Amino acid sequence: MLHRPKTLLCFSLALAFGVSLLAPQLNPYHLDVLLTIGINIVLAVSLNLVNGYTGQFSLGHAGFMAVGAYASAAFTLFAAPRWFPDANFLVTSACFFVALLLGGLASAGAGVIVGAPSLRLKGDYLAIVTLGFGEIIRVIFRNVDALGGALGLNGIPFHTNFFWVSFWGLITIYMVLALVNSSFGRGFLAVRDDEIAAEAMGINTTQYKIIAFVVSAFFAGIAGGLYAHLKSSIDPKGFDFMRSIEIVVMVILGGMANTRGVIMAAVILTLLPEILCPIAEYRMVIYSLLLIILMLTRPQGLFSFRIRPHPSHSA
Amino acid sequence: MDGIYDSQGGIRSNFHIILFSSNSPANLCRVTEFFQQIINGLSLGAIYALIALGYTMVYGVLRFINFAHSDIFMVGAFSGYFFSRFFPSESIFGGISVVFLSMLVCAFLGMLIERVAYRPLRGSSKLNVLITAIGVSMFLEYSFQVKLTKPLSFPVLFPTMSFTLPGGIILSSTQVLVFVMTLLLLIALQYIVLYTKMGTAMRAVSFNPMAASLVGINNDAVISFTFGLGSALAAAGGILYSLNYPSIEPLMGVLPGLKAFVAAVLGGIGNIPGAALGGLLLGVIETFVNGSRYSTYTDAIAFTLLIIILIFRPSGLLGKVTVEKV
Repeated sequence: MLHRPKTLLCFSLALAFGVSLLAPQLNPYHLDVLLTIGINIVLAVSLNLVNGYTGQFSLGHAGFMAVGAYASAAFTLFAAPRWFPDANFLVTSACFFVALLLGGLASAGAGVIVGAPSLRLKGDYLAIVTLGFGEIIRVIFRNVDALGGALGLNGIPFHTNFFWVSFWGLITIYMVLALVNSSFGRGFLAVRDDEIAAEAMGINTTQYKIIAFVVSAFFAGIAGGLYAHLKSSIDPKGFDFMRSIEIVVMVILGGMANTRGVIMAAVILTLLPEILCPIAEYRMVIYSLLLIILMLTRPQGLFSFRIRPHPSHSA
Repeated sequence: MDGIYDSQGGIRSNFHIILFSSNSPANLCRVTEFFQQIINGLSLGAIYALIALGYTMVYGVLRFINFAHSDIFMVGAFSGYFFSRFFPSESIFGGISVVFLSMLVCAFLGMLIERVAYRPLRGSSKLNVLITAIGVSMFLEYSFQVKLTKPLSFPVLFPTMSFTLPGGIILSSTQVLVFVMTLLLLIALQYIVLYTKMGTAMRAVSFNPMAASLVGINNDAVISFTFGLGSALAAAGGILYSLNYPSIEPLMGVLPGLKAFVAAVLGGIGNIPGAALGGLLLGVIETFVNGSRYSTYTDAIAFTLLIIILIFRPSGLLGKVTVEKV
């Protein structure tokens, strides 16, 4: 799929760094939209690993995002100022990087906790359990006073900038594509296409599902951290079921297991509400109609042009 | 002899004191509270049971979770609000007519949704149907939300009073209504499923759709009927729920719907008595948690229960354990 992917990655990272120097020239509103697009790309591409490539249906991505957001925000707010009271630019950046990693790791841990029991479940059961997990996470955060309870955390410093968002966006895309296109990663597709046949061929389907969950949760956690340091305040309500649905719509609209399409869908669905401001209250109605019509007429997604065998026969 | 009598009397009186102390006001209060909680829990659980029946019946015939069911519950409450204008409030006749009309509306809505959104997808991937169901659910929620920004207050449909049972347990007429109506609907449902032609066809389709169509059953009609039946029960549940919590809004169905689904899984999905049992059990457990000092965790209980059930007994309490065949 990609020729010389590592060179491409290094090149894009350099380019992202170059562009990020120009970012302060932008109007703050445009910059905010641009960063939101980047964060949504991280979310959608990582969810695509579970929902698209591995064929599991997770509805709890916002829950993982919440774990990452809270963990990284807590690090920046409580730990970093104590350990590095006199921070210069480099130290702050390093702290932010560590905070994001911490958020990702915490989220990956949550991924193991959810993934392990959910593996016995398929399709709709898995969807409900992941949905339930997202709700449980919210209830827990609402009850932990150290993390602000229902009010959430406020006054998180603005560390998210164009460079960090594009850096993690590229890393996410690279990791997911490299993982899926490796000989190891073919197992994900095998699990999706026919789990029983895959198992009969000696593929450890449990292991693959856990890995998909954990990697996806890790990047959702990173995205949560970026989001927290962009919006400067987070509360449990911001990571509800609807947030998960938005990400799922991006994946479905783009076409499951089609990273390019998913990126396009993330861009379009982030821009759409900004452009359609006058009819903002119809946004969710439009989303839901999109879902229904897409499933009825074009289940492979808007941006899938290649014909590939659809897992419909295995159902 | 006297001494012995005396000593026995002494023992007896001691015993009396112990008995009396176990009946002291504090303990009596706790016992009363226990039964009060049980009653409150059962009345909440009966509503969960009504919703859970719809999930379980649709799962029985189509093997998929109708996410839109929780929103039919919401539409039921709203159509109850709408129809209540045309009938005298606080009267038994008016209340029953409103419930009946709402059940009718929701039955049609359920059949319409099945016809428009689910039938064209018959035979396609399970995931596609699931996504469509989520889409339908969101569509119902948000198209209501466009028009309604504030919660509406649900009218009083039935005459209200409260009875005090011996022991100080308070039973409201709404709770009695919930019990009576749930019981009647359950009996009617059981009758339909077990003794009518349509019910037999429903069981046949749920047992083996292909064999059912081979013996001349019109599967589409049966599935449509099942949706209608389940949706009518959800509408009744919606109105009963709104009588207890009289503030209705477009997203009101989400949590009760999800919890009812948990109840259906708890009892064994696809199993009608199981759904009723699961609903009652969940209602009682939730009410007890709500009364304890962990009340802020109430919403998480159902999902925790779901995860535990799915790990240790995925087929539910009354469900049959099945082996997956290739």
